[in-house]
Amino acid sequence: MLKIQNLTKIYDGGVLALDNVSFEVPEGQFLAIIGLSGSGKSTLLRCINRLIEPTEGTILWNGKDITKASDDEMRHIRRKIGMVFQHFNLVHRSSVLTNVLAGRLGYVNPAMSILNRFPQSDIDNAIKQLDRVGIADKAYSRADELSGGQQQRVGVARAMMQNPEIILADEPVASLDPVLAHSIMQHLEKINKEDGTTVLCSLHFLDLVHRYADRAVALNDGKLMYEGPPDGIDDAKFKEIYGKDAERVG
Amino acid sequence: MKQKNSNFLRSLKIAIAVFLALVIYAYGFQVTNVKLEETKSEHRQTQLVRILRALAKPDILEYEREEFIVLLPIMVPCPEGDNSLDAPNTSNPYLVMTPSCADPREVVMIEGHNFESFSTGPLNFLPADSTVRLQLGTFKADKNGDFEMEVRLSPRPNEKIQEIQAITRKNIGTPKFTETALATWEKIIETVFMALLATTLGTMIAIPLSFFAARNLMEDVTSTLIGSSLSILFIPVGAYLGIKVAGLASQLSTYLTGNLLYSLAGLIIISLIIWQGVRFAFPQQEIEKISSSTIIGRTTIKGGLFLLLIMTLYLVSNIALGIGTYLAINLGSFAFLGDFVRDMGDILNLVIVIISALTIGAVFSSIAGRLGIKFGRTPKATTKIIQIVLAILAGAMLFILIMAMLNWFYEYNNYTELYAYAGIIGSLMGLVLGITLKPTAALKTGFIIYYIFRTVFNALRSIEAIVWAIIFVVWVGIGPFAGSLALALHTIAALAKLYSEQVESIMAGPVEAIQSTGANRLQTIIYGVIPQIVPPYISFTMYRWDINVRMSTIIGFAGGGGIGFLLSQNINLLQYRAASVQMFAIAIVVASMDYISSKLRENVV
Repeated sequence: MLKIQNLTKIYDGGVLALDNVSFEVPEGQFLAIIGLSGSGKSTLLRCINRLIEPTEGTILWNGKDITKASDDEMRHIRRKIGMVFQHFNLVHRSSVLTNVLAGRLGYVNPAMSILNRFPQSDIDNAIKQLDRVGIADKAYSRADELSGGQQQRVGVARAMMQNPEIILADEPVASLDPVLAHSIMQHLEKINKEDGTTVLCSLHFLDLVHRYADRAVALNDGKLMYEGPPDGIDDAKFKEIYGKDAERVG
Repeated sequence: MKQKNSNFLRSLKIAIAVFLALVIYAYGFQVTNVKLEETKSEHRQTQLVRILRALAKPDILEYEREEFIVLLPIMVPCPEGDNSLDAPNTSNPYLVMTPSCADPREVVMIEGHNFESFSTGPLNFLPADSTVRLQLGTFKADKNGDFEMEVRLSPRPNEKIQEIQAITRKNIGTPKFTETALATWEKIIETVFMALLATTLGTMIAIPLSFFAARNLMEDVTSTLIGSSLSILFIPVGAYLGIKVAGLASQLSTYLTGNLLYSLAGLIIISLIIWQGVRFAFPQQEIEKISSSTIIGRTTIKGGLFLLLIMTLYLVSNIALGIGTYLAINLGSFAFLGDFVRDMGDILNLVIVIISALTIGAVFSSIAGRLGIKFGRTPKATTKIIQIVLAILAGAMLFILIMAMLNWFYEYNNYTELYAYAGIIGSLMGLVLGITLKPTAALKTGFIIYYIFRTVFNALRSIEAIVWAIIFVVWVGIGPFAGSLALALHTIAALAKLYSEQVESIMAGPVEAIQSTGANRLQTIIYGVIPQIVPPYISFTMYRWDINVRMSTIIGFAGGGGIGFLLSQNINLLQYRAASVQMFAIAIVVASMDYISSKLRENVV
C-alpha cells in the first residue's frame, strides 16, 4: 500500500507544482495519472522515489515514510521502485546488456560494479528480461542503435531487473507511435498482472487509460481533480481536468 | 518634437562613443610604441630583407664543394718591348683582359668564357712575390657561361708576371644533412615526446579532478554541520594513519625484498590472500540487511586487505627496480626499456605513501561524515552541544592548517602566537555556525568544494607553462624533464576545466535513470556520466596534445628543453638560417599533429 498524504512541491523559483495531493494506491493496482502537460504528473512520480525532494507531506510505503529516509535507506527503497521514462533515458554509448544490468546497481556491491563485474545470475536474468520484451538478440548492440520502441523495451527490462514492487512510468509511450505504444503498455500490463507489481503510469490519451488502468487520478495545476475508475471520467469531469476548451480525441 | 529630441540625443551618444573609441586607440598606439618612422628607415628595411631571405633559406642540406681556379697571367705595368704571353686554352674556362697589359689602378675589362652557366665567385688579383689575394670583385656568369666586368687593377706594380684569378665553387656528390638539421631532428623528437608525456600525466590527473569541478555533480552534495565537521576532523587523522600504514607495510615488505625470487613468491601469495579476502569482504550482492557483527568483521578484513595491498605495491615497486636494473645492464641498445621499468618502480615507491594517506584520509572522512549525518537525524538535547563542540574543533583545525601553510611560505615562525590566533578565529567561526544552524540543516558542501576546485584550476591555468618551466628548471635542472612537468601542470588545470564543462553538459536523463535504480553516487558517475563523456574527453585530450606540441616548442626559451632551446640559441647568435630550420620543423610537426589528431578524432569518436 502506497499512501500519499498532503504532498506539496514548490520549486526554487516559487512554482507550485503539487498542491496538497493525497491518494492511496493498493498493492497490485494499475493506476493511471492523467492531466495536461505541466500539471505535475512527472513531479508527483519523481517525488515518490525522491528524484525530486518534496517540500511538504508524507509518502508512506508499507508503513515507512519515504520522505524521511536517509540516503542509505533511500538507496534500499529506490531499488524496489523501478522507473520508466518518456525519453527512455538509456545510456547511449553503453550496450543494451549494460543498460539492463544497471537495474541491479542498487543490489550489487558498489566496489564490484565499479569494475563492471556483475554476478552471473544477474547476467542470465538480464537476458531473460530482454527475452521477455522480445529483444534478446539486441543484447550486445549499442543502445543508440535501437529504434525508439526497442529502446523503451530496454527501459522496461532495466526497471524489471530491480525486481520492483512498484513501477513508476513517466509518460512511457508519449514519444512512440500508437502501435508501439500499445506494445509497451501491454508489457506493463503483463508485469502488473503476472508479477503483481503496482504500476503508476502517467498517460496522455484517455483511450489508453480506459484500456489498461484499474483506476485513475487526474491532476490540474498541481491539484488532485479526480480519483476513481477510468469510466468515471465523463464529459463534465473531462472539461474540469483538461480545461473547458478541450475536446476529446481518440 | 520629442521624437526629434531623442534622435539628436542618440546621434550625440554615438558621436561621443566614436570619439572615446578614437581616444582609446590613440592611447593604445602611444603605449604600444607604434613607430612608423623606424619601419621606413633604409637601414631597418635592409636588415628586414636580410633576415627574411635568411629565414627563407633554411640550412638543411649541404654539398661537398670543389674549388675550380682559372688563372690569367698579366703584366702590370706593361713591360718595355715584347709583352706577348701564352694564349689561353680556349677549350677550358679562360679569362681575357683588355687591354692585355695595363698600369696599376687602371680600369680594365675582364672577360670570362666557358664557365659553368650562372656560376659565380670572387675575382682576385694575385701580386707576384706575395701570398695575398686582393679581391677585385665578384663575377657572375650568364647562361652561356660568359661574363665581362670592369675592374680597377690593384696598385701593385711588378716586373714579374702577375695573375688574375677567378674561383668557382662547384657542388659535388649527393646532398647531405647539415649539423643543424640533425640537431633539429633530435630536438623535434624530444619535443613531441615531451608533449606526449605531459599530456598523458596531465590527463591522468585531470580526469578524476574534473568531477569535483562539475556543477551538476556537486550541487546536490550536502551534509550537515556535524557531518562536515567530522569529515574535516578525520582527514588529518586518516592521513596520519595512512602514513603509518605505509610505513608498516614498507617494513613488513623488507622481509621479502632481499631477494628477487622471495619478492615474486611473496607477491603471488599475498595476491592470492587478497583475492580470497576480497571475495569475503566484498560480497557480490546485498539482498538482505546485514547484521552489525558482519559489518564489523568485513570492515576489519578490509583494513587488513588495505595493509596487504600497500605491501604488494611495495613488492611490485621493488621487483620493478630489480628487473629494471637487470634489463638496463643486459639489453644493450634497448637499455632504455630497463631504465623505464626501474623509473616506474621508483615513482611507485615514492607515491605509495601519498596513495595510502589520501585513501585512508578520504575513507575516514567519508565514514565520519556519514556517521555524523546519521547522528544528527535523531535530535536529542545533547546534539546541539556536540554540534557546537565539533564545529569549534573543525574550525580551529582548518584555520591552523591554513596558517601552517602560510607560515611555510612566509616563514613568520612565531608559532605560538600565530597558531593561537588562527585557532581562536577558527573556533569563533565554528561557534557561530554551531549556534545558528539546526542539526538537520543541509550545508551545500558540494558547492564549496566546487568553488575551491574551480578557483585553483583558474589560477593554475592563468599562469603559462613557460612560467612554470622556470620553477621546474630550478627544481629538476635545465632540460626536457622540467619542460614536461611544466606542461603537465598547465595541462591538468586546462583539461580539468574543459572536462568539467563537458560533464556539466551531459544529458541529465540517463543519470536520473541510474539514480532511480538505487545506485550510489560513484556508481551513478561510472554508469551514467562516464559513458557520455568518453568522446569529448578523447577529443579534448588530443587537442591538448596538439597544444602541448606547440607549447613545448617555446618552453625551451625558459630552459625547458625541446626545440625551443635550439631556436632561442640560434636567434640569440643571429644564425637566422639555422633558426629557420627549427621554425620549419615546428611548422611541419604542428601541421601534421593537427592532421593526425583530426583523423584520429574522426575514427574514435
